[in-house]
Amino acid sequence: MSDLLTKIAWPFLLSVVIMLFFQFQAIIFVWLERKVSGRIQDRLGPTRVGGKFGWLQTIADGVKLLLKEDLIPKDADRPLFRISPYIVLCGAFAAFLAVPFAFQWAAVRLNIAVFFMLAVMSVEVFGVIMAGYASGSKWALFGGMREAAQVVSYEVPMAMNIVPAVIAAGTMNLNEVARMQWGGIWDWMCFHDPFTFFAAIVYIVCATASVKRAPFDLAEAESELVAGFHTEYSGFRWLIFFMAEYASMLAVAWIATIMFWGGWSGPLPITQWLGLWHTNAAGDYVPGTLATIIGLLNFIAKGYTLIFVMMWIRWTLPRIRIDQVMKTCLKYLLPLSCFLLLGAAAWPLVVRTRFGGQIGGAVAAAILALIVFKGILSTPKSAAQGRREVVYK
Amino acid sequence: MGFVIATVQNQTMNIELTSVLLIGAVMFVCGVVCMATKRNAVGILIGAELVLNASNLNFVAFAYYTPFGIDGQAFALFGIVLPAAEAAIALAIILNFYNNHMTVDVDRADELKQ
Amino acid sequence: MQRLVDSLIGSWPQMLFAIMALTTVGCSIAVVVTQNIVRAAVWLLFTLTGTAGLFFLLGADFVGATQLLIYVGGTLILVIFGVMLTARGPFVQMKTQSGEWTMAAVVGLVLFGLLSYSILSTGWVKVVQKQSIEISEENSPTTTQLGMQFLGVPPQGSLVKRDPAGIGYLLPFEIVSVHLLVVMIGAAYLARAKRRKRAEV
Repeated sequence: MSDLLTKIAWPFLLSVVIMLFFQFQAIIFVWLERKVSGRIQDRLGPTRVGGKFGWLQTIADGVKLLLKEDLIPKDADRPLFRISPYIVLCGAFAAFLAVPFAFQWAAVRLNIAVFFMLAVMSVEVFGVIMAGYASGSKWALFGGMREAAQVVSYEVPMAMNIVPAVIAAGTMNLNEVARMQWGGIWDWMCFHDPFTFFAAIVYIVCATASVKRAPFDLAEAESELVAGFHTEYSGFRWLIFFMAEYASMLAVAWIATIMFWGGWSGPLPITQWLGLWHTNAAGDYVPGTLATIIGLLNFIAKGYTLIFVMMWIRWTLPRIRIDQVMKTCLKYLLPLSCFLLLGAAAWPLVVRTRFGGQIGGAVAAAILALIVFKGILSTPKSAAQGRREVVYK
Repeated sequence: MGFVIATVQNQTMNIELTSVLLIGAVMFVCGVVCMATKRNAVGILIGAELVLNASNLNFVAFAYYTPFGIDGQAFALFGIVLPAAEAAIALAIILNFYNNHMTVDVDRADELKQ
Repeated sequence: MQRLVDSLIGSWPQMLFAIMALTTVGCSIAVVVTQNIVRAAVWLLFTLTGTAGLFFLLGADFVGATQLLIYVGGTLILVIFGVMLTARGPFVQMKTQSGEWTMAAVVGLVLFGLLSYSILSTGWVKVVQKQSIEISEENSPTTTQLGMQFLGVPPQGSLVKRDPAGIGYLLPFEIVSVHLLVVMIGAAYLARAKRRKRAEV
């Protein structure tokens, strides 16, 4: 009977847990999006449903969407119309099978975890095109094609920016890559060499574009193409598209977290100092259960911080036109990614020690911080001051 | 049916090399029939993709079942990348054809006929 | 009941193989049978995903992920773009005459008969070392071996090891890289926007 448990029940149990988590985080993200957008726009966001902070707003949204009329347009291709949200959902869900949530807590321990996640997330594009075609309306079709072109184009620099981290780590196994970053912030892969540092930043940009988010969401913008590929989808079918989009955002944020920003370990190795680690039977110095749970919370917090940054960018920057989107990818980000890949591959031949790389990464981070600070400091405090500076220069 | 009987009798059938090769054969034949019957040029391209997939499956099956090493998987990788390139060129040709004839029906491509 | 459960668990690889095989075979037959070109592309999606599942079962994890990334996320998108860009009027339904269908079906069946006869009558026992698909817990490092082969160092047990200098697959790898560049340039040139000629219909 224990055989039944391990071989049949355990995989199903893991899938159910991941699916529940998947849906739960969609609830949190919808609420977070509305609160963040409200605060950035100098208003409060939802405050009525469920107390002062509007905790239950998403539940109310969900109930509303469930009760909406389920329309299928007359010209739509009915089977394809029905099946395309599920293709997008499966693509987004399957990526979570390879994510190690904490030390050894991955649903499937794959040797090619990062590659598998990127590969499965590229199945979503087909669902987008099918949704656009099957809606039977030209706005949906145009939106779907533009969106597919954008996502497919940005997948290339996105994958190319993961490769510097894979070269630095020597493995695609996410568990191993996160293990290499145990220790403090100096062990994080983004400070391994300056090329990995810039790859970490460019990856966030490419990942934001690849999940059709933030300034790159022309194809689903309301003023442009009604709502792009999901124009004709109402009620629960639309909710599936959005669950999949938030899940993809979380998946790419988690790839960035593990490959670049330290994974389960925080800026300082506090759990090691607290003595929560022990030496296990194989002789490795590994965290105990409490330290693993703290690592899990750390991991989720880092993923949510990156999501918060994505939402922040969305509600701050204006939208880019579709030709600017494609130009950015093909003319700027792709050569930059190639250059970073070349540099990251050549770096271990030039600088032989890890410490030298960390110095290089820290220098790159310091230079970037200086540039950003100078930009912030030289921003005029008000429009009037800006006009004065222009006039008197 | 044999699978069900074997299962109930508490024996498990082996998945032999021949089963995987037969799947490859079915895909190959489907690809060939697709290339022969479709009038849409893109349909012919889809048939070509099926044929190449079948050959990839054969390569990977041999890499698994035989001690000949991992060469089969290396060839399968080539067999994934090269059809992608071929599909790009084929679609460029189809687009040109469409621009000249306003249709992708290959039965209309008869200008070289006597 | 316990026997059924035991045999069910013992045949977990068989069940997975049956699911993947049925998906692949059924959907590839559906590609041929359907008259609508967009539906054919959708069935091709499921066929390719089933094939990727078979690759994962056969221990080729890197090749399976590459199949998903490039075939499904690249080639199939290219095909569907081609379908959408060449759409005009009743593009989805181009019927083939029944005479052609019959001939193609006969040829297909004869070809399948020939292939299956040659598969089933060959004595594979001499070269086969594994009898069935086993799902093992540990990760086999196929990526490392493939990477080494592509850099010119064939790992142990490779057919290429009869060459003591050990070239591996470095030359085909480089050729494919240049080939892809040439194909990109060629396709971009062929598909560039030109003035449209009047229809020759």
